[in-house]
Order: sequence, then C-alpha cells, then structure tokens
Amino acid sequence: MSSLERDMSLAGQPPKSITARQKLASGLGMAGLIVLLLAAFNIDFPDKALWLGISLTTMTLGIIWFGAEAYLGKHRGIKNDGVYFKSLSSRGFWAWILGIALTAFYIILYFFPEYLGLTAEGDNKGIIALFDPLSKFLSGNPASQWFVYGTLYTLAIFAFGFKFIWKYRHNRYEILRTISVMFFQTSFAFLIPEIMARLNGELPYYDLKNIWPLNYYNFERYRVNAFIDAGDIGLAMLIFGILSIFVITPILTYFYGKRWYCSWVCGCGGLAETAGDPFRHLSDKSLFAWKVERWVVHSVVVFVTLMTTAVIYSYLGNDNSKYWLDRDTFLIGVASLLTLVFVLVMIFKREELQKDARYGAIGYFTIIIGLIAFHYFSGDGNVFLFRSETLRKTYAFLIGAVFSGVIGVGFYPVFGSRVWCRFGCPMAAILGFQQRLFSRFRITTNGGQCISCGNCSTYCEMGIDVRAYAQKGENIVRSSCVGCGICSAVCPRGVLKLENGPLEGRINSREVLLGNDVDLMQLVKKGGN
Amino acid sequence: MIIGNGIAGVTAARHIRKQSDNKISIISAESDYFFSRTALMYVYMGHMRWKDIEPYEPWFWEKNRINLVNAYVESVDPKNKKLHFSDGRQMDYDKLILATGSKTNTFGWEGLDLPQVLGLVNKQDLEKLERVAPNKEQCPRAVIVGGGLIGVELAEMLRTRGIEVSFLVRENAFWTNVLPQEDAEMISRHVASHGVDLRHETQLDKILADKDGNVRAVLTGHGEEIPCSMVGITTGVTPNIGFLKGSGITCERGVLVNRRLETNIPEIYAIGDCAQQTEPTGNRPPVEAVWYTGRMMGEVVARTICGKPTEYSPGNWFNSAKFFDIEYQTYGWVFPEKRRKDHEAHFHWIHRDDDKCITIAYHRESGKFLGINTFGIRMKHEVFDSWLNEGKSADYIIHNLEKANFDPEFYTSYQQEILKAYRDQIKTTVS
Repeated sequence: MSSLERDMSLAGQPPKSITARQKLASGLGMAGLIVLLLAAFNIDFPDKALWLGISLTTMTLGIIWFGAEAYLGKHRGIKNDGVYFKSLSSRGFWAWILGIALTAFYIILYFFPEYLGLTAEGDNKGIIALFDPLSKFLSGNPASQWFVYGTLYTLAIFAFGFKFIWKYRHNRYEILRTISVMFFQTSFAFLIPEIMARLNGELPYYDLKNIWPLNYYNFERYRVNAFIDAGDIGLAMLIFGILSIFVITPILTYFYGKRWYCSWVCGCGGLAETAGDPFRHLSDKSLFAWKVERWVVHSVVVFVTLMTTAVIYSYLGNDNSKYWLDRDTFLIGVASLLTLVFVLVMIFKREELQKDARYGAIGYFTIIIGLIAFHYFSGDGNVFLFRSETLRKTYAFLIGAVFSGVIGVGFYPVFGSRVWCRFGCPMAAILGFQQRLFSRFRITTNGGQCISCGNCSTYCEMGIDVRAYAQKGENIVRSSCVGCGICSAVCPRGVLKLENGPLEGRINSREVLLGNDVDLMQLVKKGGN
Repeated sequence: MIIGNGIAGVTAARHIRKQSDNKISIISAESDYFFSRTALMYVYMGHMRWKDIEPYEPWFWEKNRINLVNAYVESVDPKNKKLHFSDGRQMDYDKLILATGSKTNTFGWEGLDLPQVLGLVNKQDLEKLERVAPNKEQCPRAVIVGGGLIGVELAEMLRTRGIEVSFLVRENAFWTNVLPQEDAEMISRHVASHGVDLRHETQLDKILADKDGNVRAVLTGHGEEIPCSMVGITTGVTPNIGFLKGSGITCERGVLVNRRLETNIPEIYAIGDCAQQTEPTGNRPPVEAVWYTGRMMGEVVARTICGKPTEYSPGNWFNSAKFFDIEYQTYGWVFPEKRRKDHEAHFHWIHRDDDKCITIAYHRESGKFLGINTFGIRMKHEVFDSWLNEGKSADYIIHNLEKANFDPEFYTSYQQEILKAYRDQIKTTVS
C-alpha cells in the first residue's frame, strides 16, 4: 500500500471529536472513578454509603450525559462519522491506554484481590469496604471483589445502554434488544441473586441466565451439595440448570437463533453491545481469523465438556448413597449423549458442515470416546488421564479468567468487543452449532441491491464477512452470528434483514436475483456450478 | 484481457473464471485491487479504511488465477491485438473487454483546471479531496455544482468534517430529472436540514481564482459570488473512452455495442459505464452508469466469452441510493414530470416526520402498476420484481405493500396510513 493510503485515515480530521459539554460530562464520570481510586489507595471515607452513592451516581450520570450530548441533538440515523479517525476507536494512543488500564484491572481482580481491599480475616478495606453498605443493604453480607465487579459491570451496561439506545434511536430492534440486556443484567445477574441470598442463605449464588458451559462451575460439588441441601427450591434450581442447556436452549435457538441469548440476555454480550460498541469494528474479518475462530472455540467446548465430566465424576461415589447417580451410569450417560448427537448430525446434517468442521467433529468425538474407553480399560482412578482438580483449575485459570476477562474485556480497544464470544465462549459455540444446523434464524439479503460497500462486514463485531454473502444474494447462516442487527442497520441500501422463517431453503437462497432476467440467471447457475 | 477493475470488469473476470480456465488479466492504473466505488465516501467520512472497501482479500486474485496489472492503457491496436501502456510496455490479447467506466462530466466552465476543482469518481479524486479539504480550517467552505447522487454524497462527506457547503442545483429541487417533484422536495428539505446551503435554480457561471491561482470563489448564473476554497463538480458522468480515439472502435458518447455487448471489432467487448447500447432495453437509457448494470453486463459478457453467446437482457429496472439519512429504493419506472407520458399517474404518500415517503406510478386507464419510489422504508426486490412481471395493478400493490416490506423487525408499519391516504386520493379523484 502506498503511503498516501495510510495518510487517508491518519491525516483525516473529523470535526472536533467532543464538545465542551461532553468534556464536562467526562469530567463528572471521572470524578466518580477517582473516588473509587482514592478508596483503592485506602483513603478512608467517613460516610461510606454517601461516598459510594456519589461515586456511582456521578459515573452513571456522566456516561448518560455524554451519550445524550453525542447523539440527541443530531438527526436520527447511522453515527459512524470519524470512527477510524478517533484515537480511542482506531487503536490509537488512547485505545492502548484504556486497554492497558482494563487489563490491569482484570489482573488485579482475578489474581490479586487483596489490592482491592480483600482481607483474609476481619473487615474489608479499600474499594471493597466502600461497597460494603450496598452489599449489606441487598444481601446482608459484606462485599467481595465479585460484588464490586458485578456492581460496576451492571452500571456499565446500564449507563452505556442509554448511550447505545440514543445512538440507534431510529432502530426499534436495537432499542428493544438493549432494554432487554439492561433488564437481564440489573435483575437476573445483579439484584435477584443478592436478594435470594438474603431470603435463603443456603442457596449458592445463582445467576439463572448464566447457563453451563458459560457458567462452567455450575455442577461442581460445593454447588450441587448446596442446591440439594437448600431443599426443594435448591433442587428446582439444579434441575433448571440442567434443563437450561439441554432443553430450553435448543428450543429457543430453534425459534430465534442464538441471538435470544447472545445479544438479548447474556451479560458478556450485554457489555460488548453497550460499553463495547465503540470497538465493534475492530474484529478481524479475514478468512484466516475465521479458521482460527472455529478451531479455538470448539476446542474450548471439548475442554469444558471433559473438565465438567471429570469434576462430576470425581465426586460421585461408586455407590449411590449420597447421589442417586453413580460414576458408571454418569460416564456411560455422557458417552451415549455425545454419541447420539454426533450420529444424528453426521446422518442428517453432514452436508451442511464444511470439510474441516467434519474432520474436527470426527476428531474430537474420537478423542472423547477414546478417553472414556481408556478410562474403563485401564482402571485408572483419574478420569481422562488428568486429575479432575487439575483440569478444573486449568480451565478456571485459562478460560474463566484469562480468556473471558483479561483478554475478552481488557483487549476491547484492540481486538474488538466480542473476542471472548467469538473465540472463547463454549456456550456461544454450542448455540452456534444449533443455529447453523437447526434454527429458523437467518439474515436475508435483498435481491440485487448490494453495492459491496463493506459497512456490514466492517461493523460486524463477530468478524463475519457479511458482504461476501450479500453481494451474491445469499442468506447469511453462520454459527457465530449473535444477531445484534448492526449489519442491517448500517447497510445504506436496505439489503439485510434478520428473520425467523422456515428451515427449507434457508441456506441457499431460492433465487439469486442480481438483476439479469431469470432465464439468464438460471443458465449462469447451471453453467457455473 | 480486461481493461478496468471496477465492478463490471471484476464481475466479468470472476464469471469467466467460474466457467473456464482461460488466462485472465485485469489492467488498471487506478488501484491495485478492486474496491467498491460507491463506498469511496465512507473512507473520507471515517466509517471505513481503504482496505475495508475492497470486497476481496488480496489472496483472492492469486487463488483464482486472475492476473492484476497496474498500468495505464494509452492506446489499443486491434489489428495486432496489442495494448500500449503509458510506460512504454505492451501486452497482447486474444479477447478484450473494455470496462473503463466513467469520468466526471463537465460543461467547459472557466476555472475547471484550478487545483481545487474536483469530481468524485475515482480513487485519485478521493486522494485529491483529502489534500484540498482535509478539515474546515484549510477549507472553510466548498461549493458543489450539480444536484445528483454524487453531489449529495460529496455534501454529506464534507459536512462530517464541519465544512460549510453551498450546493448549486440547476432545477427547483434535488434530482428532479429522476425524481417526481414531491419526492425531490422532501430530499431537498432533508439536505438543507443537515446544514447544507442548498441553492435551487442556480447554475455555475465560472470559477474564480486568487492571484496564486487557487480557487477563491464561484460566480453563479445570477451573478452572485460565493467565496469558497474548493469546488466539487458533480454534474453527472460520461464514458471514459478517450484512449480509444483512432483505434477503429466505433464510439459515440460511449463505446457502441450490440445486445451481445460486442463492439464493431470482433473479440472486443465493452461493458459497464463506458458502453453505449445501440438497442437499449425498454425505458433504459443507452448509457447506464449504475453499479448494478455494470455487474449484470459483466456476467453476460463472461458467458459470451466462454463460448455461450448471450444477449444483455436486463430484467426490471431497480436502483437505490442514500441521501444523508434517508434511504431510497426504486423498482420499475417512476418518471419525473418532465419525462412523464400522459398515461402515467402517481399516488404519493408522505409521513408527517418528513423523512419517509412513497410514490407509486401506474397506468391511468388500466391501473397497471409501473413502478415505485420508496424513501425511508425498505422494500423487497424479489417481491416487486415478481409483481412487475405479473403485471399487477397499483390497487393490488397498495393493498399488499406489507408483503414487500423489508424493514428490520419491530419497525412501525405504515400500511394503514398509506391505505388511508390511497382511499382519500381515490375519493378526491372520483368526486
């Protein structure tokens, strides 16, 4: 590329990127953040409830005011002017500063919570202590680092949700979807678990919309025991947890595609769609990235399946005194279920899988069944060659902390807002598998109207090359699509539409209507393929 | 051998590759890789980077064995089947496709050669715009001449950098040589609402320079001087065929081609904006400078070259555009006042927000549906195409408009409102 081309994006100068009032709004939000930072450095605030209130309120109002200033005075419509000129949204200086700050926060949160004020014994200090009044008000318990994180996370989705709604206020799909993620985050993820803890102290903390395998620890011994000990309601929650992934999820995905979860309900998706929205275009659209995505995300599914199986296996007894399920039944059950899914897909949906996906599926299936068989024949006490605890710890560290938190959110300004959802989330992979193979959801294209401009691909946070389909007049049926609807919104020619419809003819459009009369098109299709 | 790597040339190359193993070369001096011309504006506006408007990754060309040549063709020698490049190189060809597109159409105004005067057709125009109007400090005000699709895009681009725009439109509303008056007026109001100083019924007289030879102002036909630092000429485009002079290939406005897109010389074809049909189809003009027709001609010529001679036989007319925030689609023919035949009647509905409207053209006597302009409401191409083929009545179309709707989910439906307006109009016509 010539140097001039680089100049075109670097020398370009949008109108003053933020107004004076937006600066004031940023200042207000920053003031709230500074209160938290001061607390982190152990400044002891006299009235914690008051100062926490001030901090959270100013941050929320600052963000909401900023959003209002950014969009409300302007026409309703697409607002991507200067996205690639602003330092923050084009991997410039401020993007790296923000990325480093977020990453640092996650490292402290996951690995050094003592710096946030967590103490082994006695009262909390620092930031966590500042959050004690709120936590005690909700659940009756003192705060933890996770409570601090949950509060800030919810605040981010809530406040940036306003900004997003105003940005897309001409688009009712975006408005409703954003209200939905704001609702699920504040109620299901934040308030309800706290209140449940107050009502029934024996229940484990359970965000009901957080489904295994995203919630990889849901079936660990301490939780299952706690569910069982909590009586009927606990048992109901345990059963709900199992039904969620095996029954509820496939049904909803069949009707609406995985968007019902990934962009309407999920907390990770919620943060990506709201606070992460300014970074959505940074996802890598290359074919190479797509290949990496498929291997990595499906490997995570295999890993989490093995890990969970091993963990459950390890605490099930050889006899069924405590749990009605014994080790052998469980393991055979897992093997049968996987075999059933594998065989059904290979029989009915083989043609819809790409060649490498078929190899991958066969390969992984062989590995899992092989490991289970090996376990039986070797009589080894450890299932899958490793100690279940080792597997669990490795997963929790690599996937649960580093991938979803540090890389997933910390690197928003560098890799885009859906890195975790695209490359790492096993839940998204399972939903995607269902979406690709049996779902009524698809993005339809509008005949020959595509002008190949590339807005759809550029603003796809999942890195799907939407244009490649649209310019051929093909429907988009991709496992990774989370149904955010932005491709349809940014299309200047009204080419894309998210729809639920019959499975028949879903993948290959009935007629590629590019403009030439139909006889010719049929000839071209026959001759060409 | 294809000259021109725009949508027409590249579509031809792709389809030739699908159907054959012929050696394919595409020659262009404009850019290394194919890009979406209609997306040039988004690069200046910061929505996308240059590489984002290239629909294929660089490996695509090698994988499909399409040889890209960066060179400027100075002349064509059909006798010896040779191309002469400006750098002195030569290349032989067996079959030649001319897909050289358009260049800015001008009307010989004084001052056109000044350094701050530009069109917006190719990559070099965009680079020039970046130099001439990088920001509002260097370019506080620009004048755009010509109220068409490129003019409104240029206005939108400049406004994103806070540059004041005076937009000279010869007619009394925006793009009235294509849009019916009411549609045109709504777009005019919308353009003005974006802070554009829109001047109807105003033409350019000449461009004035300062003592250093830079653009200082324009003089309008009314004798008014508008100070500016840049002038955008967007008075349409014309086929880019200067290099064919003396080659023996017959040209008028464009390269003359028959229905098979063949020129007067065997094994030389012309497609896209640069071609001029000797027998245009239906209401279509002989030179069609539209993205979609370029693509269609590319498909057709590929078949002919691969041994299945095929005529260019475009289906129902369709097109689309976006005017700032208002999307526009059209299916079939809706003629503006000055080109309308007596039998063509219109039904018009406009939303109270002044950002959505539809105009449906139908035959006054038979009631047959002729075409639709839709603004701010997305419609399905496929449905209108079949309605046009089936010769449905306007009455049927208006009662079934919902079936053609392509707006995103949860959008408000205007069906009832449109129906009511339609019934009111029938009442007034009858009484």
